[in-house]
Amino acid sequence: MIAVSGLDVVRDGRPVLREVGLDVAEGSWTAVIGPNGAGKSTLLQAVAGLLPHTGRIRLDGREGLRGRERARTVAYAPQNPLLPEDLTVLDYTLLGRSPYIPYLGRERAEDREIAERALLRLDLADFAGRRLGRMSGGERQRVVLARALAQQAPILMLDEPTTALDLGHQQQVLELLDELRLTEGLTVLTTLHDLGTAAQYADTLVLVSGGRVAACGTPAEVLTADLVGAHFGAKVSVTRGPDGRPRLALERP
Amino acid sequence: MRDRPAVEAAVKARPRRLRPVPLAAAVAVLLAAMTAGLLEGAASLPPGEVLRAVFGLDSTLSPMEHALLTELRLPRVLLGALVGGLLALAGAGYQGVLRNPLADPYLLGASTGAGLGATLVIVHLPVAASYGVPVAAFTGALGGVALAYALGRAAGPGTGTLILAGVAVSSFLAAVQTFVQQAGVDRLEQVYSWLLGGLAGASWQSLGMILPYALVSTAVLLVHGRLLDVLAVGDDEAASLGVDAARIRLVVLAAASLATASAVAVSGLIGFVGIVVPHAVRRLAGGSYRILLPLSLLAGGAFLVVADLLARTLLAPGELPLGVLTAFIGAPFFLAILRSTRGRAS
Repeated sequence: MIAVSGLDVVRDGRPVLREVGLDVAEGSWTAVIGPNGAGKSTLLQAVAGLLPHTGRIRLDGREGLRGRERARTVAYAPQNPLLPEDLTVLDYTLLGRSPYIPYLGRERAEDREIAERALLRLDLADFAGRRLGRMSGGERQRVVLARALAQQAPILMLDEPTTALDLGHQQQVLELLDELRLTEGLTVLTTLHDLGTAAQYADTLVLVSGGRVAACGTPAEVLTADLVGAHFGAKVSVTRGPDGRPRLALERP
Repeated sequence: MRDRPAVEAAVKARPRRLRPVPLAAAVAVLLAAMTAGLLEGAASLPPGEVLRAVFGLDSTLSPMEHALLTELRLPRVLLGALVGGLLALAGAGYQGVLRNPLADPYLLGASTGAGLGATLVIVHLPVAASYGVPVAAFTGALGGVALAYALGRAAGPGTGTLILAGVAVSSFLAAVQTFVQQAGVDRLEQVYSWLLGGLAGASWQSLGMILPYALVSTAVLLVHGRLLDVLAVGDDEAASLGVDAARIRLVVLAAASLATASAVAVSGLIGFVGIVVPHAVRRLAGGSYRILLPLSLLAGGAFLVVADLLARTLLAPGELPLGVLTAFIGAPFFLAILRSTRGRAS
């Protein structure tokens, strides 16, 4: 669904990503992990087409997608989405319909229905008329998901979807994301700084370090004590959970 | 999450949200303000006869009263509504593209550019002041913004750079304006009275002069409401939604600057309307630019007509400077709205 090869990104004269390759299967959840400053967010932004880059990026079998056509293929949310506080939840969700509305056009009844359906899907229908400034952190993340869902793109890219959420809301958002992926058949690409979370939810992990892909594979293949030690400088012990996924625990040096 | 059939049923049951209501209310307020502006003044006119005369019917007004109504009050009220609407609309547009609640129509150098243009004409070309000042103010306003935009873009992307460039250009043009003004101290009063702003010079001619620009800029701004909502989430997210933020910013800035230039050309520098009216509307009717733009246009018009009515009646037969009055009644009014909606909006 997403095929990236030879991706180079230069920001402010400094190479941030070099020769990055990536393959994401349709309907899977791939998490990009890596130490701070490794280029995780840059990778997502480049794949979403928001940064100048060289290399090949194929989305849904097509290369060189631009503008509204690309927006119908990829829905993207940054780490800290701007939520205009006076905009209502419904108006914000309707923004997800932008790729389907011509430059000076208006949304049709169908667009409104799709947005309302996205709100219902995420249990936000009762908040449709509420201003974003009055929503709590967990609710705001759900609203961002609702907008992405209204975009009806087969690929969903989220940069750290659980930052600034407490543990309960983190779990809620991740479970929701997984359920959307399974029921809507979405392909999910996220960055996740929490390795435990990445191990629990993702099918595939891509470890980015120093602007290159250092390892790629199932959580069990990537989250080894050696790789984590080498790239994060952290001493961890790795065990297997009953589901076969790795469990990490910090060890004091 | 609910299952599919429940979702479908709920979508069908959900009522469509009504937007015509606030729009109709704003139209009613504007019409009421304009009617009051026509009826009241230094000389009161009988309401029934005024309305008959305005709609072209026979009335018992004396020829002098009739001339007062059609040659002074009517163009003044119409111009007040137009200028107030343009300033509020432009303010909302600037706030949208700059993503900054403190933005107003004068932020990027429109006011100091217009001030410089007007001062140049008043000081150096006094014989041509009657038509030269509007033209110079119009040109100066557009020139100021164009300069700020060009310098801002050259310095880097982003709205912050643009605002800083606007501040620098404004300071520079203000300095030049002061310099020019010093060269012609004997005309200081004229310069000041222009800078303070007002509608005393309103005529059918001034109305006709700005109408084409006003119509074009208003139309362009009003059709960009949906796209300004998209811009509110940031340039990157706008791009991920298939919207080119830089292009929309340029178009909306140009239209808002044209609206501002049209307003200052005929009324001088009337402050406060462009920042207070959009914020009041945002508090009362929500933050979507699709509703904010038309409501600001209507409410701005009503606000300035009322302010001008007070400016010419409070000290009749003298007149208060309109720019002073807009701040004088605007600030408390705005604070009252902030207080009353504190719980709802934040």
